[in-house]
Amino acid sequence: MKRELPRMITLVTGVFLALQYYVPHRSSAHMYETLMDWLIVVGIFAILLGIAGLVRQHLTKIQSRRENWPYSVALLTGLFGMVILGFWGQGLGSPFVTAYFTLLNPVQATMFAMLAFYIASAAYRAFRARTLLATILLLSAVLVMLGRVPLGEIVWPPFSLGSLEIPGIAQISDWLINVPNLAAKRAIYVGLGLGGSATALKVVLGIEAPHLRG
Amino acid sequence: MRWYEHLLNLDRRVLYALIFIAVLIPSLLPIGLPINISPEVENVFGRIDALEAGEIVLFPLEYDPSTAAELEPMAMAMLRHAFQKDLRVLACCLSPTGVTLVEDEIARVAAEYDREYGVDYVYLGYQPYPAIVIMTMGENFRTPFPLDYYGTALDDLPMMHGVRNYDDVALVFTVNATSGIDFWIIYGQGRYKFPLGLGSAAVMATNYYQYVQSGQLFGIISGLRGAAEYEILIDTEDPVAGRGMDVQSIAHALIVLFIVMGNITYFVDRRRRQQQEA
Repeated sequence: MKRELPRMITLVTGVFLALQYYVPHRSSAHMYETLMDWLIVVGIFAILLGIAGLVRQHLTKIQSRRENWPYSVALLTGLFGMVILGFWGQGLGSPFVTAYFTLLNPVQATMFAMLAFYIASAAYRAFRARTLLATILLLSAVLVMLGRVPLGEIVWPPFSLGSLEIPGIAQISDWLINVPNLAAKRAIYVGLGLGGSATALKVVLGIEAPHLRG
Repeated sequence: MRWYEHLLNLDRRVLYALIFIAVLIPSLLPIGLPINISPEVENVFGRIDALEAGEIVLFPLEYDPSTAAELEPMAMAMLRHAFQKDLRVLACCLSPTGVTLVEDEIARVAAEYDREYGVDYVYLGYQPYPAIVIMTMGENFRTPFPLDYYGTALDDLPMMHGVRNYDDVALVFTVNATSGIDFWIIYGQGRYKFPLGLGSAAVMATNYYQYVQSGQLFGIISGLRGAAEYEILIDTEDPVAGRGMDVQSIAHALIVLFIVMGNITYFVDRRRRQQQEA
């Protein structure tokens, strides 16, 4: 019963939600709305569980002085510090917002900005035309990088060679994004969609039950 | 040591310094490179420009400080266009670390156009689980957001009278750098069929062009370049993204130069090794 009941709930809910999509009746929409309300409530409990798990894990790490335990102190200080600051309001000018703009904002922006330096270093050291495929990738990257900025359009505008119209770098960049890139993306997304549908069907029918593990 | 050996063993701090200078100089001394308007940005502009005054546009602005340099100018330009057109703005942020950032941006742009909160614009703020929020907003905005960001019941805000769900907004345009883009396309537009536009970081935009071709998105604005083009279309006095394009142009050119230099040294070194082995 411990396993059958959850499987039954999954089956009934899954079949109902699949059919509900095709039933344009008010009662169907009302039931869907009620289920969405339940989803929010379940989601809130999941957040509480997540926070409890996070706090317990890091408290244990601090108590047993495991490797890098000071990071756990920083994490819990940040977590509870922001919650406490939130009690003084969260409008512009409040302590919460001041902490946000003076701590989180510059830290996140700095972390992302540092990528520019790593990309520069990687471009110099790792981006090599070792094979044909690597060369194609490298040329595509160069064309797209220059084609997406005004400088590229100035350096390589469209031009004519006799009766032959040579596209500019911006047009070549657009073609790379809209043709080969999209062809590959579509193939991947169709595969993902089919795989997702098959997995969902297996879960609804109880053939796979990852939510019952652990 | 030969010249290519110097280049092969170049200290990475030299590269860091060069990229720093390449970013710093055009930031301090803007070049003002001309920016051409792409059809995709013009389409989005035209779609919003065609709306009637008083119509409501839903702006899910979902990004955080890490991508704000690219997406904040875009969001600001979109908001400015909406207020210039006397559209009413309904905004939310389903990214937990961006809620405050977005609140500040909306308040600043609304103040520029002397717009009144609750009448001309409403900020719903954040709720967890974007997929669930997007689905429940399709039934009623009040289900995930019984209160707005400032704790006022939605029914107490004049702008929200008679506004129940996506059927009551003219279109949805999300400026987004999260996985929430997929949720808006799959759970939002897929189910509720509202017109959906997307503004995203350039690195993410290439993942979503197929949805423009399939008609699920009415347009994409990509990265800082897209924001710069939009600033030109709305005739912004202070084109932040436009200035950023100078920086991006020089930085991209330098990175391409690094790639070329790295490959030249690699091939020269490889040929020398082959000759030695022969």
